[in-house]
Amino acid sequence: MAKTRVPAVDGLFTMDAANPRLIGGKAPNGSYCFPKDLGGTDPYSPLGTIEAVELSSRGRIWSYTNSCYPPPPPFISRHEPFVPVTVAAVELDLEKMVVLGQVVDGFTVDDLSVGMEVELVLDTLYEDDEHEYLVWKWRPLAAGE
Amino acid sequence: MAKVEEVAILGVGMHQWGKWGRNFVEYGVVAARAALADANVDWKDIGFVSGANTVRCGYPGYVSGSTFAKALGFTGCQVASSYAACASGTTALSVARAQILAGVCDVALVVGADTTPKGFLAPNAGDRHDDPDWLRFRLVGATNPVYFALHARRRMALYGATKEDFAHVKVKNSRHGVHNPYARFTKEYTVEDIENSPTVSDPLRLLEICATSDGGAAIVVSSLEYARAHGHTNPVRVAGISLTTPTYPDTVLDLPYMASDSAAITAAPDDDFKVSIAKHVYEEAGVGPEDLSLAEVYDLSSALELDWYEHIGIAKKGEAELLLRAGETSIGGRIPVNPSGGLGAFGEAVPAQAIAQVCEMTWQLRGEAGKRQVEGAKVALSINQGLFGHGSSVIVKR
Repeated sequence: MAKTRVPAVDGLFTMDAANPRLIGGKAPNGSYCFPKDLGGTDPYSPLGTIEAVELSSRGRIWSYTNSCYPPPPPFISRHEPFVPVTVAAVELDLEKMVVLGQVVDGFTVDDLSVGMEVELVLDTLYEDDEHEYLVWKWRPLAAGE
Repeated sequence: MAKVEEVAILGVGMHQWGKWGRNFVEYGVVAARAALADANVDWKDIGFVSGANTVRCGYPGYVSGSTFAKALGFTGCQVASSYAACASGTTALSVARAQILAGVCDVALVVGADTTPKGFLAPNAGDRHDDPDWLRFRLVGATNPVYFALHARRRMALYGATKEDFAHVKVKNSRHGVHNPYARFTKEYTVEDIENSPTVSDPLRLLEICATSDGGAAIVVSSLEYARAHGHTNPVRVAGISLTTPTYPDTVLDLPYMASDSAAITAAPDDDFKVSIAKHVYEEAGVGPEDLSLAEVYDLSSALELDWYEHIGIAKKGEAELLLRAGETSIGGRIPVNPSGGLGAFGEAVPAQAIAQVCEMTWQLRGEAGKRQVEGAKVALSINQGLFGHGSSVIVKR
């Protein structure tokens, strides 16, 4: 039986498999933040409701690296034995902010470069007997994609 | 901003850095007694104890001021305990300075000590979905070295820094640290040693990433009047302290966040966060980068030391490598950086580290640094950053 796909943490991204988005906050003056309730406040914005908005799903790599050793808990490794986790910080053009995320399996730091275009996808963070716990990851785009 | 009033550093003391797993209080007491002896001040004359907290050693670490005071013997003095991650030591010093300048006390003791577990620093246990520190570990596996490496890679992409440059920072600091009796690592490393150590987070190798250490450091500070009245005719003085927060929008992704601020509407400030930390301390002290004899900067990774050269204004943006390659930041160079050996030689004992930086600067300005002495040192700057956006910098003068 297929496992139920659930977000690893609620409220940070949409579960639309075809076009997933990070859920950020938008202040009354238009400044963005991520996550919506933890991303800080623009002190130059008038006070008011921080609106939930879907952030851009494409951006360019600001920097990248990997974890060659298993990160400590609460990280849960998807692969046993451990496979290095590739990580990218991605600059979103519209929001003019940088968002961190894992890079999808199959890419290592040797495949990445600063300025490379990437797209947000949903992928498995870890799983148990009944659930697949999903998280956003960055997928490098091929030329022309 | 006007220049800020100074306080005197009467004494400094440290417990050696290492990995013993003993009670942090023991390290703090050794450091405190060394600082008191160095100051020639009786513990019972201390009017105020300022503790820098540790979050890894249980409740006594959260109220470190009174923990240290009890271990030294309660005298009824005033006390405070501060936590600001890596900025804890500077915060504790700033509280002591404020108490002295407010007239609450004449002479104060600042103490920080830590006992650290092996391996990566990790968040507290529990499922805490509203904690950025927990989220970055769970969702991204973003350890501290991941952030160090993101900055290192960015330096390579923007300025053409090389892995070899990064290795040379560690080589330099290990060459300095050999002469420091309080350092944990006293081996002089070669570039080959570093190249042969395993990659932790590309491009950084194991020997380029600061270890977690046990250690303790303490400072006795007083009013200038008290110093004079007690025979300290030419003490090293604290001339400036910076505890600057970022200015919105901080567009540089940093620990422990998963996103930077947004510059979509409000334009980014001219000075990024780390530059603004230095700017404030220079203003308080009434000096500039050209006045520095030496600097102690937080080399959490070898590459981060190069970033600091630019943030404190001893190199232009993108030119830190030139300074390093020319040997200008080695002892004997124009502006030695981390003559103590830095975190590369110490590892990090979080609440003690910023205090240890001040200890080193004090020895340097007194001309008591032995084989790592920077000749004629008059003005020194220490700088670091506590995670969550907590600046930390001190300037001392003599």
